[in-house]
This record gives sequence, C-alpha cells and structure tokens, in this order.
Amino acid sequence: MIRSARLTAGTAALALLTALGLTACSSSSSSPENGTVTVFAAASLKESFTELGELFEKEHPGTEVTFNFNGSDSLAAGIAGGAPADVFAAANTSTMARVTDEKLTAGDPVTFARNRLTIATAPGNPHGIGSLKDLTAPGLKVVLCDVRVPCGDAARKALAAAGVDVTPDSYEQDVKSALTKVRLKEADAAVVYRTDVRAAGDKVDGVDFPEAAQAVNDYPIARLEDAPNASAADDFVALVTSAEGRKVLGKAGFLAP
Amino acid sequence: MTSTAHDTPRKARRPRAPGRGVPLALLAPALLGLAFLLVPLLALVVRAPWSDLPEQLTSPAVWDALRLSLVCATTATALSLVVGVPLAWLLARTDFPGRSLVRALVTLPLVLPPVVGGVALLLALGRNGIVGQWLDEWFGITLPFTTAGVVLAETFVALPFLVISVEGTLRAADPRFEEAAATLGASRFTAFRRVTLPLIAPGVAAGAVLAWARALGEFGATITFAGNFPGRTQTMPLAVYLALQNDPAAAIALSLVLLAVSVAVLAGLRDRWTRAV
Repeated sequence: MIRSARLTAGTAALALLTALGLTACSSSSSSPENGTVTVFAAASLKESFTELGELFEKEHPGTEVTFNFNGSDSLAAGIAGGAPADVFAAANTSTMARVTDEKLTAGDPVTFARNRLTIATAPGNPHGIGSLKDLTAPGLKVVLCDVRVPCGDAARKALAAAGVDVTPDSYEQDVKSALTKVRLKEADAAVVYRTDVRAAGDKVDGVDFPEAAQAVNDYPIARLEDAPNASAADDFVALVTSAEGRKVLGKAGFLAP
Repeated sequence: MTSTAHDTPRKARRPRAPGRGVPLALLAPALLGLAFLLVPLLALVVRAPWSDLPEQLTSPAVWDALRLSLVCATTATALSLVVGVPLAWLLARTDFPGRSLVRALVTLPLVLPPVVGGVALLLALGRNGIVGQWLDEWFGITLPFTTAGVVLAETFVALPFLVISVEGTLRAADPRFEEAAATLGASRFTAFRRVTLPLIAPGVAAGAVLAWARALGEFGATITFAGNFPGRTQTMPLAVYLALQNDPAAAIALSLVLLAVSVAVLAGLRDRWTRAV
C-alpha cells in the first residue's frame, strides 16, 4: 500500500515537473546543432524576416533558420534568462540596451531598419483624416498604443511634436490590437506603424503625417556573445544589413537606416 | 515539501479510528497540488517591493483601477443574478426540446479563451456588430470603450459560473416543496419566489461569489471588447498587465492589492453566507 502510494506520488511529481520543464523550454526548444541559426526577432519583423530566412537557407544549403517572433521586451527577458539564441533583432534601441547592458551581444548592435508611424483608417478614409490634429475631432473614435509599449511611446513623441493633445478611447496593449480595432471598424483611427498598415493590405488605409519623422523607431540587430552557431549567425546579420536585406525590408514598409 | 512527505506516512500508519486514516496515495498528491497553488502566491508576497509599496499604492491610478474593478465586478454579478437564476431554473425545472444543447451552450464561455469571447462580443455588440449596429443607429449606444462594455465583458465570462452553480443546487433541492406549494394554490412563480428561492439561497450566494471572483480577475474579454483607458475601462488586471511591460515592481504591487481584496472578500463571504455549501 505504502510502496504503491510512494510510486503514485513520485509519478505525479514527475509528471508535474515534466510539465513545468516543458513550459520553461518551449520558447527555446531548438537544439544548438550545427547548421541551425536561431533568431529572436520583434513581432513586426515577422513577414520580412521569414522571407529573409528562406533566402538565407537558399544561399546557405544545409543551414536552417528558426525564428522566435514576439514582443521585443519578452525576447530580451528570455535572452537575459539564458535562452540559447544566435541573433537578436529588436523593435527599438531601449529594448536592445537591456541585452547590451548585460554584455550579452558580440560587439555593438547595428541599426538595420527604421519604422515610421502612420494613421490607420478604414479603407477610403471615410472621415477624411489628414493629420494628427484631425484626431481631436469630436465623436471620432481613436485608439493609441499604451505609452509603455514602443508604438505608444513613439505616438506620444509624435503628438508632442505636433503640439496636439489627443484623448483616445483606448490605450491598446500592442500595435496589432490597435490595428485590429480599426479593421473591425470599432475605432475610426489608430496610430500604428507603416509596416502594420502595409501588412494589413486593403483592410485599412494609411495616412502619413510629418511629425512621424520625430518619432522614428530604430531596429537594431546583433549576434549574441554565447551564440551556439556564431559563424552562421554572423552571415545572417550580414544578409539582413546587406542591400538585398534592405530590399526585402523596404518592401514591407521599413525605412533604410 | 520533502519534510512533510516524510512525516506524513508515520501518521497515516497510525489511524486514529478504523477507516479514518488518510492514505498516502491521496495525501501526497493533495499536498503537491496545494503547494502548486500556494507557492506562486507566496512568491508574489516574498518578491514584493515592500519598501516602495507605500509609494506605489498611494498613486491615484491604482485606486482608480481598483474602484473600477470593484464597481464593474459587482455590477456584472448583479446582472448575472438577474438573468442567471431564472436561466438556471429553466434548465433545472422545465423540459423542453434541446435543453441539453442549451446547457452545453451556456457552459461554452467557461472553456472559450476570454480573448475569443471579447472578439465575439465585438462582432455582436460592437459599433459594427450584428446587434451593435442597430443599437448605434436606433439609440446612439456604442458599447466598446465604455464602462458598460467592461460590465458586459465580465458578465459574459461570469454568468456561466452562476448558472452552473445555481442549477446544481436546484437539482439537489427537493421539488416536492414546490409541488406542495402548488397544491396549496400557489402559482409557479410564487412557489419559486417564496419556496424555492429561500431553499437555494446558499447555492445562489456561492454562485454569486464565484461569478464575482471571475469578473474581478477578467482580462482577455475586457481588454479586447472594452479597451484600456484609465478610470473608464482600465481594471486592475489590465493595469497589472501593462505595468508588467516595463515596471515589474509596480505590477507586483498591483497584484498584491488584487490578491488582498480577493482573499478578504472570499473569506468574508464564505463565513457569512456560504457555509452550508
């Protein structure tokens, strides 16, 4: 009785530990085998980096690129926590600084792209929005990113540069939720990145505004000091920063550095 | 943890009365489960920024979020009671075709990810939703981005808890009391109001507490349907999530407040109204 009880308890504990262990590993499960480059990249890079990854695999036969796309903040936290990544590409410099401050990058990060804000509206811009000032129109439903996430921080800078005080209907938790509110026509306008509008195709229109120039996000990339596959990682960084890489990023709506 | 596991078998082998010993096969997993639930809460208390706490908690933003959370959770619970108790009665006491399907549909929000619930609410009650567009056109009512939207999102996820809990109590309650009332000339509604309702009051209270707790902690449906604006739609869970983006200490402080409020209310209500359950 007692022996079987101990066995059962042991099995239960084992199952629990396995479950916990699996959760802890799931974000970084790729093994550091030769020929695999693990890239941690900001969510906004998803389309362009996936394309660059395919290009890289074509140019380097036998090499495989695996991506972990997520919010830059959680990626930085993962790297600081010892996740075995080769390359880190962040959506702004302050997030990258959290990794460089811990001296986890090999050399200084390089800015490979920049992203500019735009106003997303319903297709055809039915409210005739032409500037940030127009966002203050009464009755207009406007959403911004929360100031604690990069797109909200950039929007705050742009609004300050324009001298416009917008009280939005909501501070969204990330740029994609802000865009979704416009796509579902719950909001009339949202301040998001150009690349988001580009990726949404004909579901939204983008209205550029001059103050966006004062709130441009720099996207830095770096090979990590403890990269399991350092040489291939360097090659991938080289591709991203090359003219070829810029062409792919430019197509997605990113600006050249 | 290890010491408890080693100490307990000795006790288990010396049962106080025949058949009253706690078998290790049950005790060990039970303690493991208990530890699994309590250790994260303990960690929250251990890692709390106690020295900064007074500063963190005196900011008006925290009290705005807490006040909004309490008002919305309580309103959502009241709303759930108004429609949930009759719905539970309908499911437990009447027989209509497709009743089991209706019951399954009622429990659906229990298993649905709350964010999906939020999207569904937008598609139904949003400004452009299948019902919402008429609300907007006829009455000028738009629900997303309003406090009313928060209440609806919380009701959507909390209502099933109340219905399930009350329906269970109704099924356990003896229908003969209602039948006796009916033979004495009471209408079915009078029997429900004067006989059934007092009989199931503890179950209703327990269901209300569950619904309130679920509403208080609601995040996904709220941020999706009602958005996030301080003082209007930013409840405590939303404030915690956003603080976590760049100020984990503030997030822990906010979590502690929410934890303290939940514990205080649940403990208080358990003693007073739900002892019988």
